[in-house]
Amino acid sequence: MGILGLFLLLPILMALWVSLTSWDGQGSPFTGDVGFVGLDNYSRLFLQDGLVRRDFMTSLRNNAWYVLLVVPLQTVFALALALLLNQRLRGRGFFRTAFYFPSVTSSVAISLVFLFLFTGSGTVNALLGLVGVDGPTWFADPRGTVHLLGDALGLWDAGSPPSWLAGTTVGGLSLWEWVAGPSVALCAIIALVVWTTTGTFMLMFLAALQDLPHDVTEAALVDGTNRWQRFRHVVLPQLRPTLFLVLTLGLIGTWQVFDQVYVMSQGNPAKTTLTPAFLSYLYSFRQNEWGLGAAMAFVLFVIIIVLTALQRFVMRDRDDVRERRELRAQRRAGRRTQGAAR
Amino acid sequence: MSTAVRTTSRTPAAAAGRPRPRPSRRRGWRALGYAALVAVAFLYLYPFLVQLVTSVKTDADATQDPLALVPDPLTWGAFERLAQTDFPLWFTNSVVVTLVVTAGRVLFCSLAGYALSRIDFSGRAGLFGLVLAIMAVPPVVLLIPKFLVLNQLQLYDTYAALMVPLMADGAGIFIMKQFFDRIPVSIEEAARIDGAGTLRTFWSVVLPMARPAVITLTILAFQASWNELPHYIVASQDPDLYTLTKGVASLTSGQLGSGNQFPLTMAAALLMTIPVAVVFVVFQRFFVTGANEGGVKG
Repeated sequence: MGILGLFLLLPILMALWVSLTSWDGQGSPFTGDVGFVGLDNYSRLFLQDGLVRRDFMTSLRNNAWYVLLVVPLQTVFALALALLLNQRLRGRGFFRTAFYFPSVTSSVAISLVFLFLFTGSGTVNALLGLVGVDGPTWFADPRGTVHLLGDALGLWDAGSPPSWLAGTTVGGLSLWEWVAGPSVALCAIIALVVWTTTGTFMLMFLAALQDLPHDVTEAALVDGTNRWQRFRHVVLPQLRPTLFLVLTLGLIGTWQVFDQVYVMSQGNPAKTTLTPAFLSYLYSFRQNEWGLGAAMAFVLFVIIIVLTALQRFVMRDRDDVRERRELRAQRRAGRRTQGAAR
Repeated sequence: MSTAVRTTSRTPAAAAGRPRPRPSRRRGWRALGYAALVAVAFLYLYPFLVQLVTSVKTDADATQDPLALVPDPLTWGAFERLAQTDFPLWFTNSVVVTLVVTAGRVLFCSLAGYALSRIDFSGRAGLFGLVLAIMAVPPVVLLIPKFLVLNQLQLYDTYAALMVPLMADGAGIFIMKQFFDRIPVSIEEAARIDGAGTLRTFWSVVLPMARPAVITLTILAFQASWNELPHYIVASQDPDLYTLTKGVASLTSGQLGSGNQFPLTMAAALLMTIPVAVVFVVFQRFFVTGANEGGVKG
C-alpha cells in the first residue's frame, strides 16, 4: 500500500506544483530556487498567442478527431464480432483467439509491423495497386481527410479555402485548421488502434451476451420478431451496461494515445499526429519545459474526467427518463385495473 | 440491470409451437456469418504473417515485393544483424525487469488484497476507495509525477526505477480483494485455531486457495510489464537500461540511419511478440477472465 500511495497520490501533488513553476529539470523542483510563475503555464496553453498554444491546440484537434473515429469504430466492430461469435459455430475458439491476440501483443511490435504495411512501397499500397488505386505515402502525408473529402465533393477547394473558414481563428488555429479532419498519417494510426483494441471489447460484449437470460430471447422469438427487431429491442437494451463500460474505457483510452505516436510518427508529418500526451512528454522530457509539460498533463486529466462524467450523465439520464416513464405507465395501468375492479 | 422485457415463462407446448425460420434462410445467414468471420480473421492474422515472412527476407526483396508470402531468397541475415545491435542486452533487461515486476506485483497485490478483504483496521473502506480512485487516474497523466518521485528519491536511471513503480497496481489489488471476498472465512478460522498467525494463514491456507486469481494476476503482470513502454521511457535514459520496447522503438527513429531495413525491424518485432504469444496460447482462458475482471473496474 505504501508503494501505491508513494507512487500515485503524492506525485500528483508534486506535478501540480511543478505545473505552477518554470522548473527546467536541473536540481530539485522543491527548493526555493525554482521560479514560481502561478498560472502562467496554463495561460500560455490557452490565452497567449505563440508556438506553445499552437502546438497544444493542434494536439487537441488531432486527438479529438482521433477519438471521434476510434471510439465508434472499435465499439461497433467489437459488438458485431461478438454477435457473430455468439452463434453456435464451429471454430469459435479459434476466431476468438485470432481477434483477441493483437490486444495482448506489444504496441511497439505492432506499430513496427504497421509502419511496414503502410510505408510508401508497402503492403497496403501494393494491395491498393492491385485494384488500380494509387495509395498515398501514408506516414508522410499531412493532408486532412475532411479537407480532401470536401475537395472531392466540390464543397471547397483545398488549395484556397473559403475565407470564412480560413479567416476566423479560435485558440490560435483557424476554423479551417480545426475542421481539417484526421490527416492521412493519423488515419493509419487510427486503423492500427481500432485493429488492436477491438478484440478486448469484443470479449466484454461476448461475456455479456452469454450472460443474457435465454427465456427473454425465446419469448421474443415466440412473439414472431425478426432478427433485427430482436437485436434492437431485446438484446441491445440488455447490453446497455456493457456498452456504457466499453464507451467509457474507449474514451479514457483514446485520449491517452502515446505509444503508437512515439514509435510511428513522433507527431509528424506537420504535427498532424501530435497528441496532448505526446506533446506533454515532448515539452518536459525533451525540451526541459517541465512546467508546461505538467500543465498539459493536467489539462488532459481534466478533459478525460469531464468527458467521462459527461458521458455518464448522458447515458444515465436517458435511463432515468425511461424508468420514470415506465413508472408512470405502470401507475396509469394500475389505476385503470383498479377502476375496472370497481 | 432492468429486466423489463422478461415475460412469464411459457408452457413447453407454446415453446415447441414457435415459428422456426426456414432452414434455407438459416443456412444462408450462417454461411454469411462464416464468410465474415473468416475474412476478419484473415485481416487479424495477416500482419503477423507479414511480420514472420518479412523477417526472413532480404532488404531488397521486402521493399520490392511486399505482398509475397514466400521469401526469395530465404535468409537469416536480419536476425544475425539484430544480434550485433544492442538487442540481446534489451532482451536480457526485459526478461529481468519482467520477472521481478511480475513476482513483486503478485506478492504485493495479493497481500494488499488480503489485507483489504480480511484484516480489520480503521480506514479500510477509505483505503479501498483510494485504490478505486487510483485506478481511475489515466496512466499517461502519471508520467511526469512518476519521474518527479524517481528523481526526488535519486532512483532515476537505475534498475530499481524500472521495476519498483510497476510492482503494485490498483487493478491487481482489486482482482485479489474480490477473490478473497469470495473465500469463506471459516477455513482461515480453523487454521487460526490451530495456532497459525495472520501471515502464516495467508501463505499456507489462503494463497493456495486463490490459485486461479494468482495465475490471472501473474499473466496480466507479465504481459503488462513486457509490453510497457511509457514508464521505461520516463524512468531512465541510460542505453544500458533499455528494455525491449524502448530499444526496439529506437530502431525506427534513426539508430539504423535512413535505410529501409524492414526485415530487421520485423525480426525484432517477431522476437518480442513470441514470449507473449506462447503465454497467451497456453493460458488463454486466464487472459479472458483477466480482460473481463479488469473491465469491471471501469
